[in-house]
Amino acid sequence: MIALSDYLILSAIVFCIGLAGIFINRTNIIMLLMCVELILAAVNTNFIAFSYYGNDVAGQIFVFFILTVAAAEVAIGLAILTLMYRNRGSIDVDVTNSLKG
Amino acid sequence: MEFTAILFYLFGFCFVASATLMVTSRNTMKAAMLLILSFFSAASIWLLLEAEFLAITLILVYVGAVMVLFLFVIKMLNVDQSTLRAKFTKYLPLGVAVAAIVIGQMVLVLNAGQFGLDAVAEPARHAPDYSNITELANLLYTAYVYPFELAAVLLLIAIIAAITLVHRTGSRSKKQNISEQVNVQAKDRMRIVSIPSGKNGEKK
Repeated sequence: MIALSDYLILSAIVFCIGLAGIFINRTNIIMLLMCVELILAAVNTNFIAFSYYGNDVAGQIFVFFILTVAAAEVAIGLAILTLMYRNRGSIDVDVTNSLKG
Repeated sequence: MEFTAILFYLFGFCFVASATLMVTSRNTMKAAMLLILSFFSAASIWLLLEAEFLAITLILVYVGAVMVLFLFVIKMLNVDQSTLRAKFTKYLPLGVAVAAIVIGQMVLVLNAGQFGLDAVAEPARHAPDYSNITELANLLYTAYVYPFELAAVLLLIAIIAAITLVHRTGSRSKKQNISEQVNVQAKDRMRIVSIPSGKNGEKK
């Protein structure tokens, strides 16, 4: 028998791995986007676990919308990334400091 | 230990291990492959939770579309890995410390005492002919029909935004100029050259 807490702890661990990944790969925007995807997968697991143990399908609907928004986010994020590479020749976060006073 | 528990621990281990290898990988291509593995593990765990439609959607949309887009961008942009590697270890201790603290806090709240089997009993499995897609569709097209349409509009906006952002005007785009085409004169397109006949004009 798997308890709800097992699923919650699993997704908490993956969430924190994604969080640490954002710190570690701070300069590479592609890695940052992939870490955000990992965090979203962990959070979606939370939603689905609560939906299963609470017998309510609305949690799965919410995950459906999160997936939609995340797909849109990735499409626009990668478009911005391509533009940035085209204009600056690098995707290093430290290079994007033109707004710095 | 029953079979579903074995599956849960197997896929959970795969999920955590591939996520850890992904964030510590210095090769972006390898990281994308490991992220695909972690999406597959997440989809397997969602199958254990009887969310079949979302598990298949995760594989189709994320592995099939989003990760292919990531791989495409990684291959297209020639990212200099050596400059990125130099800064890799600088924030490693801080990241691990923050992650450890957050995991500790979450486990304190989400432990078996709060959300264990005594607090939240495992629901009975559905019958073999239960359709997750039918139940999801019944809710999605009745109570959540406006959010569903909004999601469609959001995707349309994302398509337009992505195309507008990366579209290049100028030398590389071949556009028609309709008024120029309509108002064209014969002298713009045709040039009459008089070539003298005879010995000098002949080609050898």
